[in-house]
Amino acid sequence: MNRRHFLLAPGAAALAAALCVAAPSASHAQAGSQPIRVGEINSYTGLPAFTIPYRQGWQLAVEEVNAAGGLLGGRKLEVVSRDDAGKPDDAVRVAQELLSNEKVELLAGTYFSHVGLAVADFAARNKLPFVAAEPLTDAITWTKGNRYTFRLRPSTYMQAAMLVEEAAKLPAKRWATVAPNYEYGQSAVQWFRQLLSEKRPDVEFVAEQWPAQGKLEAGPTVQALAAAKPDAIFNVTFGADLAKFVREGEGRGLFRNRTVVSLLTGEPEYLDPMKDEAPEGWIVTGYPQEQIDTPEHKAFREAYVKRFNEPPRQGSVVGYATFKAIAAAVEKAGSTDAEKVVDALSGLALSSPFGPITFRALDHQATMGAYVGKTTVKDGQGVMTGWRYADGADYLPSDEAVRKMRPE
Amino acid sequence: MSFYLVQFLSGLATAATLFLVSSGLTIVFGVTRIVNFAHGSFYMLGAYLGWTLVERWGGTPLGFWGAVAAASLAVGLLGALMEVGLLRRLYRSPELFQLLATFGVVLVVQDAASWIWGSEDLLGRRAPGLRGSVDILDQPFPLYDLVLIGLGPLVLGLLWLLFNRTRWGTLVRAATQDRDMASALGVDPARLFTGVLFLGSALAGLGGALQVPREAVNLHMDMAIVVEAFVVVVVGGMGSLTGAFIASLLIGQLQAFGILVFPQITLVLVFLFMAVVLVIRPYGLLGRAEDAPPTAASPGPPLIAATGVARWAPALLLALLAAVPLVAGDYALIVLTEVVILALLAASLHLLIGLGGLVSFGHAAYFGLGAYGAALLVKHFAAPMPMALAAAPLLAGLGALAAGWFCVRRSGLYFAMLTLAFAQIVWSVTFQWYGVTGGDNGILGVWPPDWAAGKAAYYWLTLALAGGALLLLRRAAFAPFGYTLRAGRDSALRAESVGIDVRRHQWLSFALAGSAAGLAGGLYAFAKGSVFPTLMAVPVSVDALVMVLMGGIQTLSGPVAGAALFHLLETEAMSRTDWWRLVLGAVILVLVLAFPKGVAGFVRDLWTRGRDS
Repeated sequence: MNRRHFLLAPGAAALAAALCVAAPSASHAQAGSQPIRVGEINSYTGLPAFTIPYRQGWQLAVEEVNAAGGLLGGRKLEVVSRDDAGKPDDAVRVAQELLSNEKVELLAGTYFSHVGLAVADFAARNKLPFVAAEPLTDAITWTKGNRYTFRLRPSTYMQAAMLVEEAAKLPAKRWATVAPNYEYGQSAVQWFRQLLSEKRPDVEFVAEQWPAQGKLEAGPTVQALAAAKPDAIFNVTFGADLAKFVREGEGRGLFRNRTVVSLLTGEPEYLDPMKDEAPEGWIVTGYPQEQIDTPEHKAFREAYVKRFNEPPRQGSVVGYATFKAIAAAVEKAGSTDAEKVVDALSGLALSSPFGPITFRALDHQATMGAYVGKTTVKDGQGVMTGWRYADGADYLPSDEAVRKMRPE
Repeated sequence: MSFYLVQFLSGLATAATLFLVSSGLTIVFGVTRIVNFAHGSFYMLGAYLGWTLVERWGGTPLGFWGAVAAASLAVGLLGALMEVGLLRRLYRSPELFQLLATFGVVLVVQDAASWIWGSEDLLGRRAPGLRGSVDILDQPFPLYDLVLIGLGPLVLGLLWLLFNRTRWGTLVRAATQDRDMASALGVDPARLFTGVLFLGSALAGLGGALQVPREAVNLHMDMAIVVEAFVVVVVGGMGSLTGAFIASLLIGQLQAFGILVFPQITLVLVFLFMAVVLVIRPYGLLGRAEDAPPTAASPGPPLIAATGVARWAPALLLALLAAVPLVAGDYALIVLTEVVILALLAASLHLLIGLGGLVSFGHAAYFGLGAYGAALLVKHFAAPMPMALAAAPLLAGLGALAAGWFCVRRSGLYFAMLTLAFAQIVWSVTFQWYGVTGGDNGILGVWPPDWAAGKAAYYWLTLALAGGALLLLRRAAFAPFGYTLRAGRDSALRAESVGIDVRRHQWLSFALAGSAAGLAGGLYAFAKGSVFPTLMAVPVSVDALVMVLMGGIQTLSGPVAGAALFHLLETEAMSRTDWWRLVLGAVILVLVLAFPKGVAGFVRDLWTRGRDS
C-alpha cells in the first residue's frame, strides 16, 4: 500500500499548469503602433445587472476613441477585461495577471468598495494608475487614498450631501433610517445624520434599522420603523431588498403621509425592475436618462441606443466616462508612463454625458454629480420628475477637511 | 400592544417560508444523509419558474395558485432527476462525497438561471385577490402574509398525514431510522430516494414560488436561504419535521423582535441562536441521539507510511516546485504561491475530516483569524513580517482551541453546523468592529518587506513554511497522536474502552488544524497585501471542503492535489470566460461521476490494482 507516489501527480500537474500560465497569452507587436492596453476588472458574474450596462458603456467609449484614430498618434486603445468574482483577493490576483501577463499600462473598474480598495492598494504598491469606476466608499479617495488611485462616481458623502440639501427643506423633524448593514450603508447614514443635524439642529433620529444586505426581513423591519412614528425616512437599501421594502411598506402603510429620502433609487438599475410598483414621491438621487436633453447627453444616449439597442443606465455612463477619462489622460500625458499618466489625471478636466467634470488634484475625486428629483410612475414605469443636476463639485467638504483625511 | 401582535404575525410569515424550505431539507437529509447544498438552488428555481408561470397565468386566483403548484412540481421533478442522474451513482462513495456533487449543481444552476432569466431582478405579480391589507387592531397587515401564516401549519399537517398514514411515508420513516435494515427487508432504496428527493425539492420550489408576490426574484436567493435552512434543520433536530417547524417559528420571532432591541444584530442572530441551542442540546430541540448519523467517513484502506523510493516523493516534489521560479513568470508564481497556501489550508481541514472524522463547515474562520492576526500586528504595532507570521497560527490556534472545546462535544452534522456558527460569529465581529479590524473595508498595506517582496522570494518563503507545516501534519498523521485520532474516528466506543480520551484528542486536533490554517491565512495576507472579512466567510469554508473532497479524503496527498486542481481550474476558467461557474460546476460533476472516490483515491486504486496483479 503506497500512497505517496501520488504526491507526484498533483505536483506535476501544478508544474505543467505553472509553465502554461507562465507563457504570456498575448503576443505583442514590437512596432511603435502597439496598442495601449488597459486592464479592466469588475464583478461581472456577481452583479451582472449593474456591470453589464457598465461594460457596454466602456465598450462604446473605446470604440469611439479608436474610430477617431486612437491615442498618441494612432495607437489603439485595447481593454483586457476580467471578472473578479466579487472577492477582493481574486481581484488582486487578476490585477497581477493583467500587469504581468497582459502588460497593461493602467487599471480600471471595480464595483464593490472592498474590491476597489484592494485594487487601489495593489495599484499603489505597483505604481500603476487605477481609475476606480463604481465603488462609492469615501475611503478610496480620502482616508485610504493614494497617489495612483482616482475615482469617478460621486461618493457616498456627495450623494448623501445632495439629499441632505433637499431633506433640510422638509418640515419633517422625526427621522428614521434604514440601511444595509455594511460600510456603505453605515457611512451613508452617518453623513446624512451629521450633515442634516448641522443644517437643522431641530431634527431628531428616532429609529434605525440595519438589515443584512440581501436578507432584509421586510415585514418586521417596516413595522419597526412605523412604530417609531417618524415624519420622514432615509433609505439606503437597494436592489432586491429595496423591492421587498417598497412592497411591504406599501402593504403596511409605512409611506402614508411620510416623505422618503432615498439614495440611488432614481437610477434605472433600481427603478426599472420595480415597474409600476416604483414608489411615488420619494426624493432620490438618480439618472433620468430619457429626459436629459443637454447636447453631451443626447449625443451619448443616441450613440448608446444605436449600438446596443437599449437605453443607457447609470452604469453605462460610468463605464463610458471612465474610459473617456483614461483616453483623455493618456493624450494629456503624451505617453503611457505611469507617473506621467497619474500627473495628467490629477486635475484632468473633460466632458462627460453629465457635463464637464474634473478629477480634483486634491483628492483624485471626480466632480461628476447626480440628478436629484422625485420619483413617480408614468406609463407603468418608475421615472424621475422635477429633477435637477447636482454638480459634484458643490457637495464636497472643504479642502482643508479633505487634506486632513488623506494620508499623504 | 397592537404593534407587538403585528410584529409577532410578521415573524410567523417569515417562519412559514423558512419552514417550507427547511422541511424539504430535513426530509432529504433524514433519509439519504446527503448534505444537499443544492437545496437553495431549488428554492431559487422555484421562484424563477413561479415568476414565469405567474406572469403567464397569474391574473386569476386559480391561475396564480396553479402556477405556484406547477412550479413546485417542476422543481420536484428536477430534484428527482438530480437523484437519478447524479446522486444515485454516488451512494457507494465515501460519505459527504455527494456534497461535492450538489455543490457542482449549485454552480451550474447559478449560471443557468442567469442565462435563462437574465441578470435583472424580476418583480412578479401580486397574488390576485390578496393584494391589499387588513387592519389588525388598527395596524395594516398584508393579506398575503396571513395566507402564508396559514400555509405553514397546513403543510406540516399534510406531511404528518403523508408520513404517518401512508405506506410510502412509513417506509420513509423506516429508512430514516435504519436505511440498511429497510433495504434488507426488501424496500428498494433507489425508488424511495428518488421519491424523497422529489418531495424535498418540491417543497423548496414551493417556498420559492410563494416568494414571487413578496419580493423581487434574483440570482442571490439560493445562497441567502440555504444556510438558514440548514440552521433550522439542525436547531430543530435532524430529520424531525416538528423540530423544523418549531425552529422556524423561533427564528422568525427572534428576527422580528431581535431587530427592535439590537438593530445591528441582523448579521449574526441566527448563528448565535444556533450556537446556544447546540451547546445546550446536543441533538437540537427535538432530535434524538439514535437519529444522528455515524460520524466517521468510510475511509477505505488505512493510511500506511510510504516505504522505498516513494518515501522521497514529497522531497522530490518540493525540489521541483522550488525550481519553478527559474522558468516561470510573476503571475505563474503568485498563482503557485496561492496553490501552496491553499494546499496547506486543505491539508489542515483534512486532518479533521480524514483522520478525525470531523467535518467542519467553518474552517475559514481560522484561515481568516490567521490573516487578521498578521494584518492587525502590522497595522496596529507595525510589526515586522516574521513576527506577524508567527502571530497568525497563534491567534488562529487560540480561536480554534476556544471554539473546539464546544464543537468536539457534538458529532456529525451538529458538529459541522456548530463550527459554522462559530465561524459566522467570528466573521460578524470582524465585519462590524470598525475600530480594530476596519470592518468590511478591511486592512490594507500588509505587504512583505523588501527582502521578501519579489515574487520568487515570497514563493520560496511560502514553500518553505507551508511545506514545513505540511510535513508536520504528515508527521502527526503517523505519530501515535494520528493513530489515536483514527481510532476515535473508526470506533469511539472501542477507543474509549482502551483508555483513549477521544474528545481530548479531537480537541487538540481541532486546535492543530486551526493553527495550520492560520499559518496559511497569514501567508495569504502578505501575498495579497490586504485582508477582508470575505476571507472567513462561508464561501471560503466551502471551497476548502470542496478541495478536500475533490482530491479524496482517503489519502494525505488528496487535499494537496484537490487544492491544486480546484484553484488552477478556477483561476483559468475565470480569466477565460464569464461563465466560469458553469465550467467549474460541470468539471466538478464530471469528476464526481468519473472518480467517485476522489482523484487521489482513484489514482491510488489504480496503483494498488497494478501492484497486486
